[in-house]
Amino acid sequence: MSYQSQSVAKLYFIAAIALFAAQILFGLIIGLQYVVGDFLFPHIPFNVARMVHTNALIVWLLMAFMGAAYYLVPEESETELFSPMLANLMFWIFLVAAGLTVAGYLLVPYSTLAEMTGNSLLPTMGREFLEQPTIVKLGIVVVALAFLFNIGMTILKGRKTVINLVMLIGLVGLAVFFLFAFYNPTNVVLDKFFWWWTVHLWVEGVWELILGSILAFVLIKVTGVDREVIEKWLYIIIAMTLITGIVGTGHHYFWIGTPEYWQWWGSIFSAMEPIPFFMMTVVAFNMVNKRRREPPHKAATLWALGTAVMAFLGAGVWGFLHTLSPVNYYTHGTQITAAHGHMAFYGAYVMISLTIISYAMPLLRGRNAANSNKSQVWEMWSFWLMTIAIVFITLFLTGAGILQSYLQRVAENPQPFMVVQDQIALFYWLREIAGVMFLIGLIVYIASFFVGQDEPEATIATAND
Amino acid sequence: MAQAFTKTMARNIFYGGTAFFFLLFLALTFDSMGQLPSRDNRAALEGEMGPKIALGKVIWEENDCIGCHTLLGEGAYFAPELGNVYTRFGNSTEAIKGFIASRPAEGIPGRRSMPQFNFTDEELEALAQFLKYVSEINTAGWPPNTQG
Repeated sequence: MSYQSQSVAKLYFIAAIALFAAQILFGLIIGLQYVVGDFLFPHIPFNVARMVHTNALIVWLLMAFMGAAYYLVPEESETELFSPMLANLMFWIFLVAAGLTVAGYLLVPYSTLAEMTGNSLLPTMGREFLEQPTIVKLGIVVVALAFLFNIGMTILKGRKTVINLVMLIGLVGLAVFFLFAFYNPTNVVLDKFFWWWTVHLWVEGVWELILGSILAFVLIKVTGVDREVIEKWLYIIIAMTLITGIVGTGHHYFWIGTPEYWQWWGSIFSAMEPIPFFMMTVVAFNMVNKRRREPPHKAATLWALGTAVMAFLGAGVWGFLHTLSPVNYYTHGTQITAAHGHMAFYGAYVMISLTIISYAMPLLRGRNAANSNKSQVWEMWSFWLMTIAIVFITLFLTGAGILQSYLQRVAENPQPFMVVQDQIALFYWLREIAGVMFLIGLIVYIASFFVGQDEPEATIATAND
Repeated sequence: MAQAFTKTMARNIFYGGTAFFFLLFLALTFDSMGQLPSRDNRAALEGEMGPKIALGKVIWEENDCIGCHTLLGEGAYFAPELGNVYTRFGNSTEAIKGFIASRPAEGIPGRRSMPQFNFTDEELEALAQFLKYVSEINTAGWPPNTQG
C-alpha cells in the first residue's frame, strides 16, 4: 500500500464479503423453495428471499467496486484520496441503508414497506432488481455522487492514467444510468424499455469498464508487464464492449411490445458481445505468460485468470446460447436465463471483486505484498470449490431450461408451467446440492482470512529470465 | 504490426465507436418511440379503464409480483408467465380474480403456493384489468402458446 488513504477500501471489502455471505444463504433458501414449495412459507415467501438474494448481490458488488476505486485510484493518481472522511461517512450511510432495506424486506410485507416509505409519492418499487424503497434509491444517488466527487477530485489533482480514466467513465456511467430507475410510467412497454437502460447498460455496458480497469490494474501489478501494452488492450476491449453492448440492448426488445426490427439489431449486435470477453481471456493469459516476475500473490493471479475465463464462458458463451431471437423465442424467461445470469455474474463481477480483494486485502492488513502460503492455499481451494460449484449450478439450470422450453413451448402438446416444473425437479435438487458446495467454498474463502496470519509471507521469487 | 497500432488509435476507436453506436442506439430508440403507439395498447390506458389499469400496476408493483412471476418473460421464474394469463384463463377477468382470492393463507403442504394478499374487490378488479391490458400488447407473437 503506497498511500495511507487507500485504507478506506478495507471497510468496503469487509462489508462486501459479509453481504456476499447473505446473498448465498438466501440463494440456498430460494433454491430449496423451488423443490420444497412451502419451505418457510408464508413467513419468508420466495419473492422476499429472492429480493434479498439479488439486492445483496448488487449492493456487495457496488461496495467492492467502490472499495476497488478507493484502493486503486490513489495509487494510480500517485496522491492521497481527496477526502478519506467523506469515503468513511458514505460507507456507513450505504451500509445502514442496505441493512435497513433488507430488514424491511424480511420484517414487514412488501406492500407495508411501500406504504411506510411513501412509494406513492414517487413510485419506483416492485420492479425486478430495483425493488428498493424510493428513499433508498435517493440515498444511493447521494452516496454515488459523493463517491464520484471524491474519486474525481483525487484524479484531478494527481496523475491521469488510462486505468483511472476508464474507471471514472465506468463509475459516471453507473450513476447516470441508475437515474432511469426513477422513471416508472404506467405504460408497461415504456417502463420495460427504459428499465433496461439501468439494468442492461449497467451489466453489459459501464460495469464492464469498471471490470476492465480493475483487471488491468491487477495484471500490471502481478505481472510487471509494461503499462503501455495493457492500457492499449484495455482500450480495445472496452471499445468492443460498448460497440457491441449498447445496440446489444436490443436483445431485450424482442418480445416486450417493441418493433420487430429489434430482433435483427439485438441478435446481430449481441452475438458479437462475446468478442471483448474472448479478447480479455487471451490478453490475461498472454500477460501472465509474459510476466517479468514470479508474483508472490498466486491467489490474486488465479482470480484474475479465473475472471477472464469465467466471464467469457458465463457472459459470452451462455449469453450467446439464447441471444438469437429465433432461439430466444423459446427460451425467453426460462431457466436458461437463470443459468446465464448465475455464471455471468459470478464469472464477471463476483470474480473481479474477489480479484481486487485478493490483491489488496493483504496490503491493507499490513503485509508487504501477499498473504502466507497457508492462507493462499485456503483461498485457492475456495476458488476451485466456488468456481466448480457455479459451473455445475449453470449446467443443471441449463438442463432444466432446455427441458422446460421443450415441454412448455416446443412439444406438440405444450404443458402448463407447474406441470413442467414438477417434471424437472431433479435438476433443481442437483442445483441445490451444487449450491451447498458453493457455500462450503465460501466458508473456506472466509476462513482464508483467518488462517496462517502468524506465518511469514509467501516469498517473492526472483525474475525468471 | 504491434508498433503500427498505437494506444492513441485504440483510444480513438473507443471514443469514436462508443459515440457512434450510442447515437445509433438513440436513433433506434427515437424511431421505436414513434412506433409504440400502434403496438403498446396505450388506447386502453387512455380509455375508461385507464385509472383502473394504473391502480392495477401500482398493486402489481407494491406486492412485488415480479419476484415470483414473469411479465412478458421478465421477472422471476418461480411462477407462471402472466403477460398472457388473461387469454390462458379464457379471456376472463373473473377467473383471474377468483384465482387470486382463493389462495390458501397457510399455503399448500410441500408445494409452491401464491400468498393470500387479502385484496379488496376493487383491488382485484384493478389487477385483473392491468393483466388484461398487458395481454393486448403486440409482442411479436410471443409467447409461443397459451402456456406462456
